Amino acid sequence: MPVPTPNLRNRPRGGRYGDIIESIGHTPLIELKRLSPKPGVRIWAKLESRNPTGSVKDRVGRALILDAEEKGLIRPGQTILEPTSGNTGISLAMIAAHKGYKLKVVMPDNVTPERTDLLRMYGAEIVYSEGSKGSNGAVEMALDMAEKDSSVYMPYQYGNEANPNAHYNGTALEILEELDEVSAFVAGLGTGGTLMGNGRRLKEELGDKVKIVAAEPMQGEPVQGLRSLDDGFIPPIIDLSVLDRKIFVTNQDAIIWTRKLLDEEQLFAGVSTGAIARVAMRIAGELDEGNVVFIVADDGSKYFSSGIYTRPLEEIENLDSTVWW
Amino acid sequence: MATIRIPPVLRPAVGGEREINADGENVGDILRAMAVDHPGTESQLFGADGDLNRYVNVYLNDEDVRVLDGLDTAVGTADTLVILPAMAGGAR
Repeated sequence: MPVPTPNLRNRPRGGRYGDIIESIGHTPLIELKRLSPKPGVRIWAKLESRNPTGSVKDRVGRALILDAEEKGLIRPGQTILEPTSGNTGISLAMIAAHKGYKLKVVMPDNVTPERTDLLRMYGAEIVYSEGSKGSNGAVEMALDMAEKDSSVYMPYQYGNEANPNAHYNGTALEILEELDEVSAFVAGLGTGGTLMGNGRRLKEELGDKVKIVAAEPMQGEPVQGLRSLDDGFIPPIIDLSVLDRKIFVTNQDAIIWTRKLLDEEQLFAGVSTGAIARVAMRIAGELDEGNVVFIVADDGSKYFSSGIYTRPLEEIENLDSTVWW
Repeated sequence: MATIRIPPVLRPAVGGEREINADGENVGDILRAMAVDHPGTESQLFGADGDLNRYVNVYLNDEDVRVLDGLDTAVGTADTLVILPAMAGGAR
């Protein structure tokens, strides 16, 4: 008779799902003991890379499309158009392909090649915007295209409440199921959805003692191609009052910490997660005790070609002109 | 005397400098001192009401001052202010 081994005991985290879209979410929370700065402060990584297309954006992609269907905003077979440099597009591409919609994405021409491959793999059409304008340029071009073509539907992740709601009704609840106390929640600031959705729910349930902390990319100078400061862009869904701290991270530091996660915890994560972890550790260092939860937004497979996992930092090409996250 | 790091879009208004120094006890005082020395920055940094232009982010060392005490955020002599344009936040 086989003797049960405690470490291989089955944990109720699998589940059975009707299709790949239903399987989105339910991601594990992993303790990173080696990164803890002191006893009593526990670091938890929410592994969003475990979603079907490999990123947290699967939650958002699903919410954007289901919300549109519920409101009657989209017809079968219609073309969806969206400005996205990566994960949202990849997620929308998978979901659109599964549901029979066409997808056209607008993205800067200076992203890593794996993003293009993944989009094409799921059948998306890509329109490139000027790399020097970063994501601002992609948003501007997509808005212009949508205005000129009424046959497309643009979910507009930057301004659509379905985005933060995916986290308010999903990610945050999963965290609260696993932890009775959260001292800090740290995530990347892009559209703002992750921070707004999780921030609002966590504050509602745990009060002001949970700190909501944004890790923000410091865009390298080559991608700050603006004519004036008024050319800037703030995603409409962002409400700064939900945040307790907002800290920028340079590309260099983001990459250093991405490597650190791999080297010290064998956690294979993308560059935005390196930045998020860097900020999470700073916040953890300021605490006497408590749980610090941070989001692992995606894994590193889209960044292989850049060499950041295998080469010294000084050999990384286009460090400042690449949109890493 | 705090250091202010200037983004490329604003450098023409400060004689092409990447970094300048300015005096002041808080972020607002320092940015207003900079605007006095470099009048071309005033309309880009401030709105008509004297508040910070919503498309400008100002960081005290690396923290956004809007999430601290805004223009009243205290600044020490060894601190650096970093001015950055609001960008749509990377690859989303």
